Amino acid sequence: MKHYEVNFIVDPVLSGDEINATAQTYWDMLSSNEATITDKGEMGLRQLAYPIKKRTTGVYYCTEFAVPNGAFIAKLELALRRDERVIRFLCVKLDKYGVKFNDDNRNGLIGKKKDKVKKEIKAEVRKEKRAAPPKKAAKPAPAVVAAAASTAVAEEEE
Amino acid sequence: MASRDDIKFLSNPNIGQNRKKYCRFRKYGIKYIDYKDPDFLLQFINEQGKILPRRITGNSLKYQRKVATAVKRARHLAILPYVTDLLK
Repeated sequence: MKHYEVNFIVDPVLSGDEINATAQTYWDMLSSNEATITDKGEMGLRQLAYPIKKRTTGVYYCTEFAVPNGAFIAKLELALRRDERVIRFLCVKLDKYGVKFNDDNRNGLIGKKKDKVKKEIKAEVRKEKRAAPPKKAAKPAPAVVAAAASTAVAEEEE
Repeated sequence: MASRDDIKFLSNPNIGQNRKKYCRFRKYGIKYIDYKDPDFLLQFINEQGKILPRRITGNSLKYQRKVATAVKRARHLAILPYVTDLLK
């Protein structure tokens, strides 16, 4: 089984039913071609970063699926390309890390701010520990420093 | 001479030092870069939407390539702009 992810942006000018119907046609197409859909992501209406076909917004769909035969992707892409309701699409093959990431994302394991903050605090503590000892060692030896400075000056004069 | 502990400086010598750069993906064990997350990708592009070089981000080559593909995919899907000004 190969894992893929297909993203498509549907024209926002269409009515809500038509938008849903567009997505449904591709989900039907997937399931009729022995594909197992693992996730039907609907990101909803989003602002586009730049206008596409004079549209400034788009309805995003992201579907993750697995198919036994990769030849089906060509068929899917052809259908998406011919479809006027879809203004942009992207088909991506997922590696094992991508599959794992999507699983974790669905289970809400990714993007916890608490863990990140904890890690940062730990790193800071470690840094402080590392930085602290040389400072203490430097303090009780001003006489040595003065001596070293005088010898340095003497060396320069020579 | 530079590494001696007993020399005292008038100014803090650590101020001008550059912090060692590191690859955040290796350090935190991030294996996959999501191209649908514009907030994360924003860390690797400049104000004009250009991809920052490794020299600045400190990414290892492997993950710099992944970042680059993720940014390019995001641009294709109009999640990030191709050209812009004042992005941040």
